[in-house]
Amino acid sequence: MALTKSELIDRIAAKQAQLSHKDVELAVKTMVEEMSQALSTGGRIEIRGFGSFSLHYRGSRVGRNPKTGVSVDLTGKYVPHFKPGKELRERVNASRSASASAAEDETAPSVSANS
Amino acid sequence: MNALTKADLADKLYEELGLNKREAKEMVELFFEEIRGSLAVNNQVKLSGFGNFDLRDKRERPGRNPKTGEEIPISARRVVTFKPGQKLKVRVEAYAGTKQQ
Repeated sequence: MALTKSELIDRIAAKQAQLSHKDVELAVKTMVEEMSQALSTGGRIEIRGFGSFSLHYRGSRVGRNPKTGVSVDLTGKYVPHFKPGKELRERVNASRSASASAAEDETAPSVSANS
Repeated sequence: MNALTKADLADKLYEELGLNKREAKEMVELFFEEIRGSLAVNNQVKLSGFGNFDLRDKRERPGRNPKTGEEIPISARRVVTFKPGQKLKVRVEAYAGTKQQ
């Protein structure tokens, strides 16, 4: 099950005894808005241990309406880009190693039996 | 323009919401730690209005040491990808439009 914003708020509220649920909700929404605002005004976001957000430029191109086949000029635009930081990369990849080695343990006997 | 940092987010919570400085700092840390914690157990994160953090399992693929030119395989790995939400995409594109003028 995906972690949604409201669930994220619940989890933080459970760990933050001093603040009301409403305060946590406002705080999370404020942070997300600040981050959106930074990117929407051409800025970057750098969160140590998590990652950085920046804008990547997509040049103008000729697109095509898939229904009519009529070509349309699409002007260049910026799109948000996220680059995970070292700690996040390592922790995420470690979860794979954990499940992969568990899977290898399960399949190990049949592999050795085949060889 | 300087990049937005955790300190900037904490300042905002202090100024706008009246959290004290310690609470504000903790809140920012908890926010990113909860997201990391979810991704670290292979669980997608969806922040409506902003975007989704998805997980992808990559297979091993051929790679090359850019310095030596030596061929070395890039090992199989799990990575995080960010898919911006519609609302964020539209806001960012709107900025691109104003910049060109």
